[in-house]
Amino acid sequence: MPIEIPTLNVIALAPQIVVVVTALVVMALDISLTDKRVVGYVSLLGLAAAAVVTFALLGGPAQAIQQMAVSDGYALVLNLVFIVTAALAILVALGYLDERELQHGEYYALLLFSTAGMMLMAAATDLIVVFMGLEIMSVALYILAAFNHRQVGSGEAGMKYFILGAFASAFFLYGVALLYGATGSTNLHAIGEWFSPDRGNLGDPLALVGLGLLLIGFAFKVAAVPFQWWTPDVYHGAPTSVTAFMSVGAKAAGFAALVRILMVSFDQAFTLDWQLVLAVLAVLTMTVGNIAALAQKDVKRMLAYSSVAHAGYILVGVVPATMTGVKGVLFYLMAYAFMNIGAFAVIAVLEHRDAIGTALSDYAGLSTRKPFLALAMAVFMFSLTGIPPFVGFWGKLYVFRAAVEANMSWLAVVGVINSAISAFYYLSVVVQMYMRTPTDETAAAPALRLSGPVVVTLALALVATVVLGLWPTPLVNLTALGIFG
Amino acid sequence: MINQVPVSYYLLLGAILFSIGAGGVLIRRNAIVILMCVEMMMNAVNLTFIAFSRYLDSATGQIFVFMVMAVAAVEVAIGLALLVELNRHKQTVNIDEINSLKG
Amino acid sequence: MPSDYVPILIYLLVATFIAAFALVLPHYLGPRRPNPAKSDTIESGKLSYGDARRRVPVQYYIVAMVFILFDIEVLFFYPWAVLFWDLKWYGLVQIAIFAFLLVESYIYIWKKGAFKWK
Repeated sequence: MPIEIPTLNVIALAPQIVVVVTALVVMALDISLTDKRVVGYVSLLGLAAAAVVTFALLGGPAQAIQQMAVSDGYALVLNLVFIVTAALAILVALGYLDERELQHGEYYALLLFSTAGMMLMAAATDLIVVFMGLEIMSVALYILAAFNHRQVGSGEAGMKYFILGAFASAFFLYGVALLYGATGSTNLHAIGEWFSPDRGNLGDPLALVGLGLLLIGFAFKVAAVPFQWWTPDVYHGAPTSVTAFMSVGAKAAGFAALVRILMVSFDQAFTLDWQLVLAVLAVLTMTVGNIAALAQKDVKRMLAYSSVAHAGYILVGVVPATMTGVKGVLFYLMAYAFMNIGAFAVIAVLEHRDAIGTALSDYAGLSTRKPFLALAMAVFMFSLTGIPPFVGFWGKLYVFRAAVEANMSWLAVVGVINSAISAFYYLSVVVQMYMRTPTDETAAAPALRLSGPVVVTLALALVATVVLGLWPTPLVNLTALGIFG
Repeated sequence: MINQVPVSYYLLLGAILFSIGAGGVLIRRNAIVILMCVEMMMNAVNLTFIAFSRYLDSATGQIFVFMVMAVAAVEVAIGLALLVELNRHKQTVNIDEINSLKG
Repeated sequence: MPSDYVPILIYLLVATFIAAFALVLPHYLGPRRPNPAKSDTIESGKLSYGDARRRVPVQYYIVAMVFILFDIEVLFFYPWAVLFWDLKWYGLVQIAIFAFLLVESYIYIWKKGAFKWK
């Protein structure tokens, strides 16, 4: 039997290739240089190059590689989300790792590989590629979570994340296997074709169980109820620079693949059988995340639970399975990248050795000690709550509007009520910073040092949160390009 | 001869192995045994893929198995590395004793 | 339709009840007389001796991990080798890229000192 030599349209994966090549260069530099900060700056340059390539492709025709992956508007807009996330996380790490004498070159290589995995998940049009992207992302994150080898909490976070992540991957795989058995293909378009109404395959039990198992796998990765319990421990134990990266990146990548699979393959099947289930999960995720966050006395843990709640808000945009919802999700993810990484950057500054300095009481009177830091944190907290005129408000508005348009107003109402609940714990941080005097313990703590890269991170996140809040049009126009090709 | 074994037997075996693995992850306390259970789940999936691949007469399932095998090896390496790292801090592989993070 | 899944819900409830029943009942009914021989490790009738947790140099684990990783990569060479003549230059270039990645990783861990014994 003759073999047909495939033609490879490498342009389709150009941004991913740029990131991977940067990671390889970073590895080579790591073994030849002694100052590892240079490695961090090279990584930033590589990400900038990937952003340039992404912008060059944006708006052009969708490029596909062997029906395996595609660089359509949707994938390219998400690429920008991942690049922003990775760049901000590297900036946080440059200062954070220096202070803890953890400045190793592996950190940046792993972070870049993880980013490449996320970008691959967004571009994948075949479940094999989704799986490869998922694993490239996750495996790098397991190591990053355990990166602080001097602290037992970090190793523990890595171990917990690894066991539960591998467990979730196995469920995802079993789902893929059942879907393959039912439909005879792992290609998203072929599966979508198999489900088309005239084929009479809607409601096929094997395929629906497969989709259910896929949803379990994704629920783990995006930290949705009932698979959210690893989140607080892992986010708390991991180095703060890593928590910042994975709270946004892994969530965005999980949603990226989930939304494409639902929209391309399960357009009909999903609305018939699984939509209500996912809607209930969205409600539970929001509520459980917010109520658990209320009880937290540690800001890092509180933000971990709040990230569960945000997974719920994003799910509200996913449930309708409409293009309005997809655009809302893209907007939300970009907004979340800026405000959440900004908040974690503030935590990274306050946290001194051995995870001390993340308690709520450590923020007492911050406005008198470091006015800029307190102002930045206050803005991020307001934005995460969804108070106008910050970018978080528009994010929530767009996902809730998608639910209303799809005649699921009750979902939007639950979302708004949850935002009101979340105000309690977000604003308690602001109250601590501006209305409490520092405790004796806080006053005795070592002076806070703001390193250059951290100031740049905070400034970038702050400017984006405020400017995109006052003038969201550029981001709205960008997400409008996020269509499937 | 192999043709006489219906595909459903393989699928059933795969499902049973997957369930044993999943149950093991949930109830066993030894981190190394948990690692073995995850491997078992992955290999149950492999069996399912191969069975479907033969039944459907399509190569996709076999290619998928190659990827899963590579990923499973990577996960074992990572898991062992994390375990050795954790063992330096605490002399245990019992996950009930790995509990410094709470709140 | 979600209502189709009600039997599964009932099944889950019944299963949970039976499992709980089977766990709780022996706790109250069964006699419990533990002795050292009963609680000992089962070694198929052989008497156990010594401690299984001997010290193994940590270097051993690193070499083992590296071995697992490189060992399994051979997996991707086999299909290429079988189809070598059919794939022509295309296959050669692809496998060269793959081999390059392996070699770079190998040099990386080498320079990082993973193979230094002691």
